[in-house]
Amino acid sequence: MQSLTPERRKELELKANDVRQGIIRSLLSAGSGHSAGSLDMADIFTALYGAVLRHDPARPDWPDRDRLLLSCGHIAPVRYAAMANFGYFPVEELLTLRKFGSRLQGHPERVKLPALESTSGPLGEGLAQGVGMALAAKLDQKDYRVYVITSDAEHQCGLHWEAMMTAGKFKLDNLTCIIDRNFIQIDGSTEDVMPLEPLAEKYRSFNWEVLECDGHDMASILDACERAKHTTGKPQVIVAKTIPGKGVSYMEGDYTWHGKPPNQQQADEALRELSAARERILAHV
Amino acid sequence: MSSTDVMDRAAREMHLLDYRNGAELKQLPTRNGFGEGLIEAGNRNENVLAICADLAESTRMEGFKKAHPAQYLEIGVAEQMLVAMAGGLASTGKVPWIASYAMFNPGRSWEQVRTIMALNETNVKIAGAHAGVSVGPDGATHQAIEDIAIMRVIPHMMVVVPCDSVQTKKATLALSETFGPAYLRFAREKSPIVTTEETPFEIGKAQTFRDGDDVAIVACGILVANALIAADELAREGINCRVVNNHTVKPMDAPAITAAARECGAIVTVEEHQVHAGMGSRVAEILAESHPVPIEFVGVRDQFGQSGEPTELIEHYGMGTEAIKAAARRAFKRKVAG
Repeated sequence: MQSLTPERRKELELKANDVRQGIIRSLLSAGSGHSAGSLDMADIFTALYGAVLRHDPARPDWPDRDRLLLSCGHIAPVRYAAMANFGYFPVEELLTLRKFGSRLQGHPERVKLPALESTSGPLGEGLAQGVGMALAAKLDQKDYRVYVITSDAEHQCGLHWEAMMTAGKFKLDNLTCIIDRNFIQIDGSTEDVMPLEPLAEKYRSFNWEVLECDGHDMASILDACERAKHTTGKPQVIVAKTIPGKGVSYMEGDYTWHGKPPNQQQADEALRELSAARERILAHV
Repeated sequence: MSSTDVMDRAAREMHLLDYRNGAELKQLPTRNGFGEGLIEAGNRNENVLAICADLAESTRMEGFKKAHPAQYLEIGVAEQMLVAMAGGLASTGKVPWIASYAMFNPGRSWEQVRTIMALNETNVKIAGAHAGVSVGPDGATHQAIEDIAIMRVIPHMMVVVPCDSVQTKKATLALSETFGPAYLRFAREKSPIVTTEETPFEIGKAQTFRDGDDVAIVACGILVANALIAADELAREGINCRVVNNHTVKPMDAPAITAAARECGAIVTVEEHQVHAGMGSRVAEILAESHPVPIEFVGVRDQFGQSGEPTELIEHYGMGTEAIKAAARRAFKRKVAG
């Protein structure tokens, strides 16, 4: 198992900080959009693009690339910010989020931006498409892997369970589902709205390998991804414990930030806090 | 025209079988044509896949399963999964055909069809089996008569409703070789075969099956045969009907529909579907913009089906040859009254 050097760790944490700042700037520019989930997946998207995926921003149609699908399309700002920071398009383009004529649609549209791999937003549909891609790799004897980012609340959709069953049936060990387990949804806590626990046991009973990680710790995220990669004969799920709004203290843990953007003053405050965090990462030896 | 030994120019050009004077026509279910076409599509292209939601025999995917086991996938009773998984497979260059009863796919899976197949522009093909009231004894829960409506409103979607089993085979092959999301609709019950191997078929190109200029009967699916028989009988009353096999509901052949209206002056549409929002409604939309003429709609009128024998149900819901003849007489009368 590869170990994470302090230099590499610092590099990834700085990148995640850039991604968070990109999220805040793009949401402010858009004037609408989803803050909490976007911020809480910044570390995972950074880890994936920076250290896990086999990908080439210059060749989004490379047949052997790993596929990354965002099932919960409403947190598109984090994906866009990560893509921009890893070279898929200029960072300035983030300010076109949700605007007329932009490739950065309110919910991801693959036809407008092919590297998105799928069109998403209607919940519960990403894993099913990922199953199709993973199955195609098996049929074609290709070794690319498929990663699907899901929200916890979309586990309330029936189609997601059809996909879990199908992945188990075909023993898709080239498929990894990552759950943004932040326990919030629009109407409140997932466990009040429609309880999901015991989530890990449910996956196990569908013949999945269950892994867990701290969604804000690079070493923990990379370790879980590495263990997923080395699992054979089963699809894997990584239950990532995350804090909604992570990185912006006034949003952290507050479900009311699920579906709204910061205003100018709030954005300024968030960016000040993120800049200070950046200085701390740089100063850390 | 019908009393001569030689069929009219249109029928000869289309290499039709002689349906006139109560001729006995061989009957086979349109789903058989799908099954044959699918096997052939799999022979021609190893990327063609067939995925079934637990209905291999009745959708006629069974033959493909035997002929191409490595290209066949079973996922159980999961129609939303059928569409979404096929979208993933198609993104890698596969050509997935997905089959269930039309009532369940696209009936149950409509939002996945819209988002994953159409908005995402994927090369997934839906085989909608057991469409129409001619499903028979299974009753209303299994009789899809709203499927054309929900599919034709989706951008990018091709919607094809072939007229007999021979044409269904050709449509299956043509759609397999045409990139884009598509819906192929066919039926359970055996129905008369009017076309032959030589009959041309092109997606988006309506076919004149019978010459005539008093009224144009524009039909699709298994009711094209009823339209031809109705036209043959109406000729003896002195009403000469053109019959158009309008197999592609989307993209519809607007020039052919407008020409039929201009040259005949009255239209009857015939489909085994709700008259609301189906093939006939699209004909009306085209003509309202291009060349308005009197139109009569033959189809189900805002009702659900029920159990019964296929022919009995077709008659009951007003889609038999007598109903088509009555509609043509009404259209003709309205045209003459000007």
